[in-house]
Amino acid sequence: MSGAQMAARAARQAVIPSASGRDRTFAWIFRAMMYAAVGLAMLALVTLLYDVASDGLPKLSTDFVTRFPSRILPERAGIQSAIVGTFYLMIICTVIVVPLGIATAIYLEEYADRDKWWNRLVEINIQNLAAVPSVVYGILGLAFIVRGPISLGRTLLAGGITLSLLVLPVVIIVAREAIRAVPPSIREGSLALGATQWQTIWKQVLPGSIAGIATGVILALSRAIGETAPLLVIGAAVNPRFNPDGLGSAFTALPIQIFAWTQDPNRDFVALAAAAILVMMVALLLMNSVAIFLRNRYEQKW
Amino acid sequence: MPERVTEPERQSPAQRAVEQRNQAAVDEAAAAKPAKRPTDREVIFDVNDVQVHYGDKKAIRDVTFDLHRNEITALIGPSGCGKSTFIRCLNRMNDLIPSARVDGEVIYHGENLYAGDIDPVQVRKRIGMVFQKPNPFPKSIYDNIAFGPRVMGMKGDMDEIVEGALKRGALWDEVKDRLKTNAFGMSGGQQQRLCIARSLATSPDVLLMDEPCSALDPISTGRIEDLMMELKENYSIVIVTHNMQQAARVSDMTAFFTVELNNEGRDRTGAVVEYGATDQIFTNPGDKRTEDYVTGKFG
Repeated sequence: MSGAQMAARAARQAVIPSASGRDRTFAWIFRAMMYAAVGLAMLALVTLLYDVASDGLPKLSTDFVTRFPSRILPERAGIQSAIVGTFYLMIICTVIVVPLGIATAIYLEEYADRDKWWNRLVEINIQNLAAVPSVVYGILGLAFIVRGPISLGRTLLAGGITLSLLVLPVVIIVAREAIRAVPPSIREGSLALGATQWQTIWKQVLPGSIAGIATGVILALSRAIGETAPLLVIGAAVNPRFNPDGLGSAFTALPIQIFAWTQDPNRDFVALAAAAILVMMVALLLMNSVAIFLRNRYEQKW
Repeated sequence: MPERVTEPERQSPAQRAVEQRNQAAVDEAAAAKPAKRPTDREVIFDVNDVQVHYGDKKAIRDVTFDLHRNEITALIGPSGCGKSTFIRCLNRMNDLIPSARVDGEVIYHGENLYAGDIDPVQVRKRIGMVFQKPNPFPKSIYDNIAFGPRVMGMKGDMDEIVEGALKRGALWDEVKDRLKTNAFGMSGGQQQRLCIARSLATSPDVLLMDEPCSALDPISTGRIEDLMMELKENYSIVIVTHNMQQAARVSDMTAFFTVELNNEGRDRTGAVVEYGATDQIFTNPGDKRTEDYVTGKFG
């Protein structure tokens, strides 16, 4: 280092003093607190996983997945009807929630005039509905869909509609965010070329937001997959030895089966519940991975 | 007084012809008011008493002037003077702002664009627009150009339409080997020329440009100015610009807007101070405010 450089460095140190001891201590404490918070969260998760896995892993087998539930013999019980029921519920949910949710989001983002009180009312209601406890949706489903005006009975369709109502607000909110992420300049560019508003939405806005919407729908469905309370309230079947054979059929779902087994005084059934939890977690993990993949691979960077 | 900044080699024969014609017109009508030159030039927009309100705020007032065919008209003035608001009246882009209300008449080829039975979508098919920030669609270069013709249901060979538009946008040679690549991979200047070419693909009559070079470097700006000089042979161009040299270089006519403060400075309303031939606005302005602005005393 030449003399001139050293002189320059000395001058710089005088101008920009190093961080004080107090600042450093603060930074260190803050960092330690954050690590502790992350560690605590991870510890809880790992403990839970370990507990479930140690009970459930020995019970996991292809037989467990393909057999029907049993009330009497834990060694012959399985979860086929629960898996099939959950799968059907997801399909019904998707069919209902995707068109309704996207259409609502498009209306609110692209057409609604926010100065009008009825549009603001719709917005506020959707925000609130997303925060309503799921058991309330169960009561709603019981009063209006299972009994009452719609009277579908304790059927697969009633369960699917109830879960759809539960996740619809979440889907709308996520879809709105994805649509809002498309910059206004894209809409202007399209409209300035003589495209109609609908052409602009269909050919520019939706293609630009579809990955975000799909991600949101999958995450919302993965919330629905784990919901127990609303299905319990509307009266899902417990331990059915048959798969649902249509929309009007009785049904069960994985969380219902898990709940039923954890209530059983026989410890062997509780272990089966742990095994079923593992199956459900794998399903959740798969869905979330697909969501992350979609987001990383297809989401539009503006 | 600033000299008019013009590189001689950039002057096309057409531009020279227009200038000669303008000069002839000026000589002919030396006694007339300087801003109102009698001409035989075809009027493309006859703007009468246009006012725009955003809610109850008046954004521009009493804009009245004629815009001519195959000329470049520049709108200059300080920030907030309503230049962009005004240019967006010419293809009804202000309809997209729910609180905006446009009064007055914009007569285009004899039809008032604000008459009740006019469909803004049809207006925008005839009058294209290029924005301040290049806004290519997140698609291939080809699909960016083809979007307009496709939504219009244009007949004919799409490859030819795309090639023609890119050539008119002076972009063909640079992109002909990568038409299928994403437009986001282009430079800012190329993206803006793509946006110009995209507007040309639907064969409009008028091209509105809202500060098209403000996000570009000087070289890209120069290319777009060259392009504008070529395009005015076939199109009429209206350009909003903050760059006075740019207005002086490219435009035939210039309108100078200013901001009026009303209601103790709470309301800002734009209005036209002066409209006339560009060389006259820059060398012999009729209004003190124009002179102060073009000589750089404020703005």
